Amino acid sequence: MWDYTDKVKEHFLNPRNVGEITDADAVGEVGSLACGDALKLFIKLDEKKERIVDAKFQTFGCGSAIASSSALTEMVKGKTLDEALGVTNQEIADYLGGLPEEKMHCSVMGQEALEAAIAKYRGVEAPKHGHDHVETEGEIVCKCFGLTDLFLKKVIASNKLTTAEQVTHFTKAGGACGGCIPKIKELIAEVTGEEKKVARDKPAVKLTNLRKMQLIQETLENEIRPQLWADGGDLELIDIDGPNVQVAFRKACAGCASSGYTAKFVEQKLRELVSSDINVQEVQG
Amino acid sequence: MREIYLDNNATTKVDERVFEEMRPYFCELYGNPSSMHFFGGQVQKKVDEARGRVAALLGALPDEIVFTACGTESDNAAIRSALEVFPEKRHVITSRIEHPAVLTQCRNLTKRGYRVTELNVDGEGRLDLKELEAAVDDDTAIVSLMYANNETGVVFPIEEAARIVKKKGALFHTDAVQAVGKIPLNMAESAVDMLSLSGHKLHAPKGVGVLYVRRGTPFRPFLVGGHQERGRRAGTENTASIIAMGKACEIAHLHMDEEGGRVREMRDRLQRELTSLIPNTRINGGGAERLPNTLSIAMEFVEGEGILLLLSEKGICASSGSACTSGSLEPSHVLRAMGVPFTCAHGSIRFSLSRFTTDDDIDAVIKELPPIISRLRQMSPFGREFLAKQ
Repeated sequence: MWDYTDKVKEHFLNPRNVGEITDADAVGEVGSLACGDALKLFIKLDEKKERIVDAKFQTFGCGSAIASSSALTEMVKGKTLDEALGVTNQEIADYLGGLPEEKMHCSVMGQEALEAAIAKYRGVEAPKHGHDHVETEGEIVCKCFGLTDLFLKKVIASNKLTTAEQVTHFTKAGGACGGCIPKIKELIAEVTGEEKKVARDKPAVKLTNLRKMQLIQETLENEIRPQLWADGGDLELIDIDGPNVQVAFRKACAGCASSGYTAKFVEQKLRELVSSDINVQEVQG
Repeated sequence: MREIYLDNNATTKVDERVFEEMRPYFCELYGNPSSMHFFGGQVQKKVDEARGRVAALLGALPDEIVFTACGTESDNAAIRSALEVFPEKRHVITSRIEHPAVLTQCRNLTKRGYRVTELNVDGEGRLDLKELEAAVDDDTAIVSLMYANNETGVVFPIEEAARIVKKKGALFHTDAVQAVGKIPLNMAESAVDMLSLSGHKLHAPKGVGVLYVRRGTPFRPFLVGGHQERGRRAGTENTASIIAMGKACEIAHLHMDEEGGRVREMRDRLQRELTSLIPNTRINGGGAERLPNTLSIAMEFVEGEGILLLLSEKGICASSGSACTSGSLEPSHVLRAMGVPFTCAHGSIRFSLSRFTTDDDIDAVIKELPPIISRLRQMSPFGREFLAKQ
């Protein structure tokens, strides 16, 4: 059973603002029956059309989707449209005392519906997520849930996600057939790489030998070996001598015709994540 | 709050009689059955008695019964054994609606170069034996098909399937954890080579299972070590649980017919009342032969987790085929394989009864579920559209 907070349970059992606003200024819809969750959000503005005076929702979805919708409608009341747009999915989750990580996509759905409603009201192009299975801007990455690279990158960046599993928890991408998981990993690398580039522009701190060895080991364990395991392969770190990193290939990688490429891949990763002067050498050991 | 427990395909209450039977084997009669003293020997006798009781329920011989730690172990042991027995054969057949204990293992085999055929089911969850016949060939090491499905209760024609498979020289295994104790089995007149069962699905405790291995069926052990279970499953026997398993099988054997009839009547009444009180439902597998205790009912425009949480508020324990409850994001692989539309699959609830289910329990569901569904439909954009049309 999910470990829902009391606040989530309370908002699920007694959801605020269920229903519709017949003369709503803005309506945002995301999700579909096929997706397993959907949210329709209604917003009413004051006479000056500045502040949100009322919000109502209809949700098809699990307990946390209903609770997130309820929380969202409470949070945006009294806010200007710009203030409302500033509400992040993390704030929705925080309002509820937290959500299980597997359920974070429910809070993302709330944020999306809000963006969609406000964009529609302002007459601008609705934000293109693809969550509603419409071909949209960007390239569709997750075919099962119709999610684009732009949307995924935004969620990865704003929630500081580092694993494909987290991306699935937050957006559902990769949660069905799993075919797009390699692509999601690339997106994570792109986003975190971009951030690293920014970080690298700062004067580089010289790595001590000890720190460098630690980093090499961590990178091998966390970034490289899991990818080799996926193809039935493995490697072992034999020695680190200055910039030279010696590895021996194991299992399917041992004697594999493309082990040269694999060595290049390892080198590229280590150069990217540890230090640009690293050379990887394959040894028998 | 009184619990109304209708989730017996997930796990069952340990029958008090079963618990009394196993109780002395913890603090008093704790001997090791392999020991060469009276203290271990008396436990050995009880383990033998348990073996005989399990065999009687299955229509099997005592030496065909191997005790394991769970149904999953039994399934894993059966499939791995067949692959070791036929190292040259590289093909395995199963169905798309198997329990993960079988399906995950088969899918992992594809990574090791095995060809794995997953047989389809029709809209009612039924197998097409012609598809099986066409799939099995000289390269097939083992066919593993479940006796009855845990989500829908649909029963496969296991004997016909086993006979088709035996003609082609492959081994036949069935995961019967949901069937044993609910419908009669007779291994004496069966073509099945191996069959799995699980203690906690039939009122014995968790942590004990059985693999039936027909006499003469080649077998390679999964766990190796000591000589326990005639070398087919090493490890000191879980004596108390094995004794409990024996008692649970004895009770099931004595009362299956009477209990099955009573349970079926309650299940049928629940199905009848819910379908008449709640518009737009469908019974998953309703057109097929089903276990007497299982009802999988799909309700359009609502999502299963919400239903379960609201039922739980009323003390009612059930289970769902929905994605949100399981941590996966797609509705159950069983319902998808059956082609149940997404509109229904997300709102599918399984009620599974047992000998301890009462008419009051059924009345409670009939009373509580319809208002829960209309409440969630009021809340759902699709439900409101549907209600507006009405």
